[in-house]
Amino acid sequence: MRDAPLLEVRDLNAWYGESHVLHGVDLDIREGETVTLLGRNGAGKTTTLRAIMGILRRREGVIRLRGQDLLKLPLHKVAQAGLGYVPEERGIFASLNVAENLMLPPKVAESGMSVEEIYRLFPNLHERRTSQGTKLSGGEQQMLAIARVLRTGAKILLLDEPTEGLAPVIVQRIGDVLVALKERGMTILLVEQNFRFARKVADRFYLMEDGRMVGSFPGPELDAHMDQLHEVLGV
Amino acid sequence: MAVETHYIPAQPKARTSTVVLGAVAIAALLAAPFVVYPVFMMSILCFALFACAFNLLIGYVGLLSFGHATFFGGAAYFTAHAVKVWGFEPLAGLLVGVVGAALLGLVVGFLAIRRQGIYFSMITLALGQMFAFICLQAPFTHGEDGIQGVPRGHLLGLIDLNQPLAMYYVTLAIFLFGFFAIWRIVHSPFGNILQAIRENERRAISLGYRVDRYKLGAFVMSAALAGLAGGTKAIVFQFATLTDVQWQMSGEVILMTLLGGIGTLIGPVVGASLVIALQNYLAAYDFPVTVLIGVIFVICVLIFRRGIAGEVIELMRRKAG
Amino acid sequence: MSTIFGIPAPALYGQILIGLINGSFYALLSLGLAVIFGLLRVINFAHGAQYMLGAFAAYLLLNYVGIGYWPSLMLAPLIVGAVAVVIERTMLSRLYSLDPLYGLLLTFGLALIFEGMFRYWFGAAGKPYSPPAQLAGGVNLGFMFMPIYRGWVVIASLVICLGTWLLIEKTRLGAYLRAATENATLVQAFGVNVPRLLTLTYGLGAALAALAGVLAAPIYQVSPLMGSNLIIIVFAVVVVGGMGSILGAIVTGYMLGVLEGLTKVFYPEASSIVIFVIMAIVLLVRPAGLFGREE
Repeated sequence: MRDAPLLEVRDLNAWYGESHVLHGVDLDIREGETVTLLGRNGAGKTTTLRAIMGILRRREGVIRLRGQDLLKLPLHKVAQAGLGYVPEERGIFASLNVAENLMLPPKVAESGMSVEEIYRLFPNLHERRTSQGTKLSGGEQQMLAIARVLRTGAKILLLDEPTEGLAPVIVQRIGDVLVALKERGMTILLVEQNFRFARKVADRFYLMEDGRMVGSFPGPELDAHMDQLHEVLGV
Repeated sequence: MAVETHYIPAQPKARTSTVVLGAVAIAALLAAPFVVYPVFMMSILCFALFACAFNLLIGYVGLLSFGHATFFGGAAYFTAHAVKVWGFEPLAGLLVGVVGAALLGLVVGFLAIRRQGIYFSMITLALGQMFAFICLQAPFTHGEDGIQGVPRGHLLGLIDLNQPLAMYYVTLAIFLFGFFAIWRIVHSPFGNILQAIRENERRAISLGYRVDRYKLGAFVMSAALAGLAGGTKAIVFQFATLTDVQWQMSGEVILMTLLGGIGTLIGPVVGASLVIALQNYLAAYDFPVTVLIGVIFVICVLIFRRGIAGEVIELMRRKAG
Repeated sequence: MSTIFGIPAPALYGQILIGLINGSFYALLSLGLAVIFGLLRVINFAHGAQYMLGAFAAYLLLNYVGIGYWPSLMLAPLIVGAVAVVIERTMLSRLYSLDPLYGLLLTFGLALIFEGMFRYWFGAAGKPYSPPAQLAGGVNLGFMFMPIYRGWVVIASLVICLGTWLLIEKTRLGAYLRAATENATLVQAFGVNVPRLLTLTYGLGAALAALAGVLAAPIYQVSPLMGSNLIIIVFAVVVVGGMGSILGAIVTGYMLGVLEGLTKVFYPEASSIVIFVIMAIVLLVRPAGLFGREE
């Protein structure tokens, strides 16, 4: 069973109200792996993350974490099962200061990083720990959003476009953080449009279009799939 | 209020079934005083008109006023005073009540529409309470005693309203006038814009409508019609008291409308009839009416949000496919 | 005897004290309303009834069980809070996906039920409830005579307001509450049991109202209708303060209480409507409220 996936998604369908937005999505992530979902705006990448987390409630199919069925769980139990979510809009709370934002998600396992480790990884956050959360720069907010779930001991990070709208030097910094996390054995599901960024960390790619999976290949084969990539991403 | 109602788009001509039903209903109302006590029927008609006026606001603009007793009870005082102290003829007295209620509506509406949703309700409630305090202290309302012994008088100097049947048919005529006025308002271009505001206020603003003016207009009309109901009640029952201006009365009219069906033309009439009948029935027992009203509120909100008329319409719609 | 603006000084101080007392209850109740509204988006019309229930719980505990004021200060909020938890679980929680007006109507119905039942059982007349022996009597402050119990109420309510504010601003539970007020779904996606947080918040808000009720019992008489008129004034206080800020609710409560007391001295006829008049003025000048943000 060594190769049994940590997270297993089978034939996932999801709806926003009446409109059917995910069509039979399959996805596997093995322990310690970094998997990247690529696709255009509106291809269903964010929706896939929201459906896995259970934020999007109208779903059918199978979502299993180490064999445990997540589909039936109430929203708060999904995080407790070990999924750490970093939303696209970052979700930093304005009425909480930086330290409070960091401490907000309850611990789900003892394996999480200590606050000292986190502040060592993100010295800026330590410096600004008493500032209002939303007073941070975009990059700092992104760091905070990632740091927040590292403390909880989540088994899998679900990262939604962490580089969006950030300056190249910050993107570089976030890339370093992801590499560091990978080295610590963290399992990561990354949603990205920027495949040049993603190739530094991804072990495997999935391609999405119109709410469907249209391709998948190992990280090193990225160059071989450039044509398909250009077609799907429209770049 | 994003209520579960059915907004029936303006139809140029009423369907024949509606006309037939309407004719049957009017015939029944004409025959009613020979079957039930006229006083009981007149009480229903006054409250039905009050509830219809209230429904104009909640059902077609989505504004929940928690202070409509101000216009109902206020007009009752104005009419009673005009008829008793100034010796006005009944119709002129009613006019005083209606104009007074409209002016109150202008003031309250102007303040209340500055906030939306739940705040609107709280503001109307607070201003209603303020008006009740004023009525308690103002000399012309006679405080706790109210204005008693209001003469019914002769309508236009001709019809003696002391005759129960005459009073009944005049009350019925006033009710029908108010009911059709509301029907006209709802099915006018003005009413269509109100409903567009209820569906999506932002969109109405972006289409260039001065939403606040439409809301205020609807508020004043609703207040005036509630005043018509209150003034009529003062003449029928020959008194005006604090009961009619207090928040409990604002709560009752909400219940009547909710029970009957918010946003349906006939619902408030059904709801008012039921609530009045129930109060009449319970008057013989010592079980507290407020408790029962509270229970009906809870049941309506939890499992019966369309109200009686709303459920019937939904049922017919499903049958019709 | 010294006078201020032609008013005997002791009368003025006396009315300011009464204003502070009333203001204490406005502050305590609008605080609870604001906390509940912030998270649940429900205007708790039953807040006045819950205040009444708190006073009645103290009265009944004393007269039927022989439990005095001090234990009641704990017990009554617990009882009323427990009732509120049941209400939230069985009824309010079904309405969260609907227009907030339904929550207002439901709690209005509940208020009518509670008030109607207590009126049926105990009559409309007020019932006396004596202050505890330790707080009986009064002291001469030199410029006025102050009943000790009244001083206690002002201090106790200040402490409770401050404590609630600290709970919300400085604790982990408070951080959950603030965050969930901003974005409940995300907080739940982080693993916080938000449905339970909502239940707890409603229970706490109701318990706060009940605590105010116990404090009020020796000052006003215990009566089934003691909450219904108060709650409407508190609504006006909330409109004036705006519900965005906890501290705003507290400050506005005390301020309007004192203002009402001063009106009783200078223009008594207007004292029952002065808060509503101020609400109207605030709506004209600053519609979002003194401490509010336009939503």
